[in-house]
Amino acid sequence: MTGMRHLLGITGLDRPAIECYLDDAAAFWEVLGRDIPKVPALRGRTVVTLFLEDSTRTRLSFETAARRLSADTMSFQARGSSVAKGESLLDTVRTIEALGVDALVVRHPAAGAPHRIAGWVDAAVVNGGDGRHEHPTQALLDCFTLRRHLGTGLDGCRIGIIGDVAHSRVARSGVRAFSALGAEVTLIAPPTLLPERVETWPARVTHDLDAELAELDVAYVLRVQRERDAARRLPPLHEYYARYGLTEARAARMKPHAVVMHPGPMIRGLEVATTVADGPRSLVRDQVRAGVAVRMAVLFRLLGSPAGGDDA
Amino acid sequence: MPEPPQPEATAAGTVLCLRGGTVCDATGERRADVLVRDGTITEVADGLTPPPGARVLDCDGAWVVPGLVDLHAHLREPGGEDAETIETGARAGALGGFSALVAMPNTSPPLDDPAVVAAVAAAGRRAPCRVYPAGCVTRGRAGTELAPLGELYDLGVRVFTDDGACVADAGVLRAALEYTRALPGAVVAQHAEDPALAADGHMHEGAWSSRLGIPGRPAVAETAVVARDLEVVGHTGGRYHLLHCSAAGSVALLRAARDAGLAVTAEVTPHHCVLTDECCATFDPLYKVHPPLREPGDRDAMVAALAAGVIDAIATDHAPHPPVTKERPFEEAPPGMLGLQTALAVVWTHLVAPGRLTPAQAFAALSWRPAAIAGLTAEGHGGPVAPGRPAHLTVFDPQARWRLGADGLAGPSANSPFLDVELTGRVRHTVVGGEAVVVDHEARR
Repeated sequence: MTGMRHLLGITGLDRPAIECYLDDAAAFWEVLGRDIPKVPALRGRTVVTLFLEDSTRTRLSFETAARRLSADTMSFQARGSSVAKGESLLDTVRTIEALGVDALVVRHPAAGAPHRIAGWVDAAVVNGGDGRHEHPTQALLDCFTLRRHLGTGLDGCRIGIIGDVAHSRVARSGVRAFSALGAEVTLIAPPTLLPERVETWPARVTHDLDAELAELDVAYVLRVQRERDAARRLPPLHEYYARYGLTEARAARMKPHAVVMHPGPMIRGLEVATTVADGPRSLVRDQVRAGVAVRMAVLFRLLGSPAGGDDA
Repeated sequence: MPEPPQPEATAAGTVLCLRGGTVCDATGERRADVLVRDGTITEVADGLTPPPGARVLDCDGAWVVPGLVDLHAHLREPGGEDAETIETGARAGALGGFSALVAMPNTSPPLDDPAVVAAVAAAGRRAPCRVYPAGCVTRGRAGTELAPLGELYDLGVRVFTDDGACVADAGVLRAALEYTRALPGAVVAQHAEDPALAADGHMHEGAWSSRLGIPGRPAVAETAVVARDLEVVGHTGGRYHLLHCSAAGSVALLRAARDAGLAVTAEVTPHHCVLTDECCATFDPLYKVHPPLREPGDRDAMVAALAAGVIDAIATDHAPHPPVTKERPFEEAPPGMLGLQTALAVVWTHLVAPGRLTPAQAFAALSWRPAAIAGLTAEGHGGPVAPGRPAHLTVFDPQARWRLGADGLAGPSANSPFLDVELTGRVRHTVVGGEAVVVDHEARR
């Protein structure tokens, strides 16, 4: 793990590297339970969230994590792309770096934007979600949530990822992380919402949710990304809910201890029934809490090395 | 600065002797020196004695071939002069061994208007190599109404294309093919990518796009248009040229059309013969092109089709973009890469040196075949290297190892993946209209 400067994706992380993050996150989870949930690990460091795509949850989670580590935070947000603003991404990034920055958390609507930025700056770059490509901290927090819930590793755990896999960076990172940790992943979606050449993914594929339900330990429900072009790829949406929605009736047919996860934001009544999302099987709130601990672990690992710090 | 207008760069009074090389043209290969006087080849024979006052160009160990002809160069003028001008593009062409370029009409304003075409043609006549404007198929490249094809034809335009955009409406394509039957030598050149299937894609749709999360442009976006177009050509007649073929599936369609006797030609770019979609894993928009870099099987099919003659020509799709436009994420950068200065060297390094194409096949695909497609044989391009022919000649050293650095680029754009990469084979001299415009790798104008 030494020498890791950026977290750009789950791609390139092996099982020990992922487990390293999860172990660190467990320590920070404990910190978050204290009366004063804060440690001085990154005092004097500056973390910038550069969010060029609308997002509140992930940005707040990163900023909370940075503050719990005593880092200073700055936030740069813009609707739309750098192109829409007329400034090149390189110019935007150089301007921010000139302010004195140790880490950049990047959310961008285009795949690979954090990778490009990592080639331009000295600061550590964390991918906070790039286009359809990756969302590595989401995958780590999902693994962390499951590991805590199961009390064991993910080996042999049967995870069904349901819905709009094609457009989902959560799925791209999740499949890689889950399978690296030994889980058996099944993608469950209509053909139009599966990625091209899906046979090259480390996952099984089925179009039949009902046939799969009783096998699953985890139903991981994805958001239907109507703002990308999911709507054009589907018949009317009520048909989607009828075939792929996690209804109360479907949830009732799952294994007794099976759980439901969702990366948020949820579209209740399209992907998942409200009673299921808020019901006893749901780990949705645990996922949000885990997000802070995992992002603390990531920032600490990238910035907390003695090499760069004044007081780390 | 532009020079004062003059009809055409000529070399009156100049005598050149290209000495010591091996001549290769459509008639074959032979050891021969070439004497050029007043812009015309006067003697081709082994062991010529240069007349007094002749300038001797050293061709030892080199090929002497008819000047290269590029069917597909984006010179960006008018409207995109921050990326390239006719002059800088033609200089890049000359450095790459080209004596003639067909300038694509997707400029701003586009080349759908006689006045604009005439201006480009005039600028092209005084450029370091000859520039021949292509004309739009449709007004504004909008794909709905035919451009004034006959008026443009009368100005010398032979290649009609909306390149950058597909003529997606089959009725419009039919009309263009039928109308140009009355214009001898005219050809309709198609950018075959179905806009609905290519949609918002930015790279080839396949295992890599799936993994990288970059929306894809599938091979079927090309093959579906090629299949449809060839059916239309079968119905209408007329000449049809497929621009930048990229998908293996297109090759079988071309072969069948050729076997059926249709007047169909095709080109492929050096990059589609050499690079694949895996390059996009760097997220570097240098590798973003339309049509996209495809899979190893497609790449190999392009080379095989060239060797078999199913694809006639190698064309650069030289597409300069100013550096700032590539300082963006992959999905937000414009498509296109430079090609003129490296085309022959890339082809030599990757196709000829490994024995996948013979030297004569490479020269045919870069000179006399594209010259014939673009109707430039009558202008003296594409050879043969014979007395009485206009002296458009390229001298190519197949042994030279070199790198093109950013300081060696002719224009303001640097978007080439072949920059700073060692290449085998280098253009030594280029003669255009009897004038030595490149001597010992240096542009002389």
